[in-house]
Amino acid sequence: MSEIVDARGLSCPEPVLLTLEAIKRLNKGEIDILVDTDTSKENVSRAAQSMGWQIIDISQEGTAYKVKIKKD
Amino acid sequence: MQGLKNFFATRWGIIFVGLVIGVLAPVLQKLGNPPNMGICVACMERDIAGALGLHRAGVVQYLRPEILGFVLGAFLSALLYREYKPRGGSAPFIRFILGIFAMIGALVFLGCPWRTLLRLAGGDGNAIFGLLGLIFGIFIGTRFLKAGYSLGRTQPASSKAAGLAFPFLMLGLLVLLLIDPRPEGGGRGLVLFYSAKGPGSMFAPVFISLFVGLVIGVLAQRSRFCTMGAFRDLLLFKQGHLFSGVLALLISAFVTNLILGQFNPSFEKQPIAHTMQLWNFLGMTLAGLAFTLAGGCPGRQLFLSGEGDADAAVFATGMIVGAGVAHNFGLASSPAGIGPNGAVATIIGLIVCIIIGLAMRRR
Repeated sequence: MSEIVDARGLSCPEPVLLTLEAIKRLNKGEIDILVDTDTSKENVSRAAQSMGWQIIDISQEGTAYKVKIKKD
Repeated sequence: MQGLKNFFATRWGIIFVGLVIGVLAPVLQKLGNPPNMGICVACMERDIAGALGLHRAGVVQYLRPEILGFVLGAFLSALLYREYKPRGGSAPFIRFILGIFAMIGALVFLGCPWRTLLRLAGGDGNAIFGLLGLIFGIFIGTRFLKAGYSLGRTQPASSKAAGLAFPFLMLGLLVLLLIDPRPEGGGRGLVLFYSAKGPGSMFAPVFISLFVGLVIGVLAQRSRFCTMGAFRDLLLFKQGHLFSGVLALLISAFVTNLILGQFNPSFEKQPIAHTMQLWNFLGMTLAGLAFTLAGGCPGRQLFLSGEGDADAAVFATGMIVGAGVAHNFGLASSPAGIGPNGAVATIIGLIVCIIIGLAMRRR
């Protein structure tokens, strides 16, 4: 079961802050991050990769994006 | 299209955008814009406030086409790349207040973050204090963000048309500029105010300004260029992505100024600048804090407005109103120094922003 971070509708840099908080808390595993702008999608992906996490999928969910990240 | 979309999200993409802005701004200066003010979002919005009669400071009245181009370019880019998403409702009135104080702080220093960099690139040593203040203000903002500061979630607008309001307002102003051009020597047009002297009487040809504004609007929308975000991300996450764009802007503006003979290093007698360093520092501390609490530098707020972000449009409108307040009540600086009420307004602004930073919390 993935951890879910719902960052829809939040201004910069909150989606990245929430993502990094979850990364710190879990240390490894899977996280689904929900965002609703392309900017947040890019920022969250960049931040996750910089922490050594992999982007395994980016999918459209209604008006939002789900960025799935993983670390073994 | 997808490849180009991805390019601007890369490190080289943002560096490219910074380089382009750093060349275009000094070129606009060469073509007539005020010195070290090829582009200044705060100053240009202040000039627009003057053109519309929101203040009557005769030397800073001109409906700057660059600003209109920024919003319209970002709007066209967002439409083209399917990123036009009308949204709003994240503490709009708080954003309006932040916009007002951001402008007051910027006008105490005499420049937004873009002009801070352009002043440095033109040799204006006073901008060092502005830059330090900007970074300090952003640093304070990041402390609030770390402690859970949030203006809450924005909501998708019920109608696609909702996001058209700000771009169409800019389009309307552009039409107004074209049907009510500057009379010879300045003064009052049919409705618009035009400076007869001072920075407001200095401008590049209208269509060149508009074209440059449109180009930058497209590039900045694609790349998410943000001068505040550059320092914020460095301080908050040690991420240098946006910062590399800002550094590229500074270097290319410096080189372009050298080539065009516009680099004049000194502290004294710099154009549209003063040497009261404490207030250069504190003015930009206020502006930097307000930009951080609102989530973007003044340029970024315009580009977001173009994407349909009504909250960013409210912030930008706050800045234009703030310019009216600043010039009507003696808060704005001049080359002679800060305005009679500039110091007290800066301190009130800092207090208000700190209260907002403490009061607005996630959950």
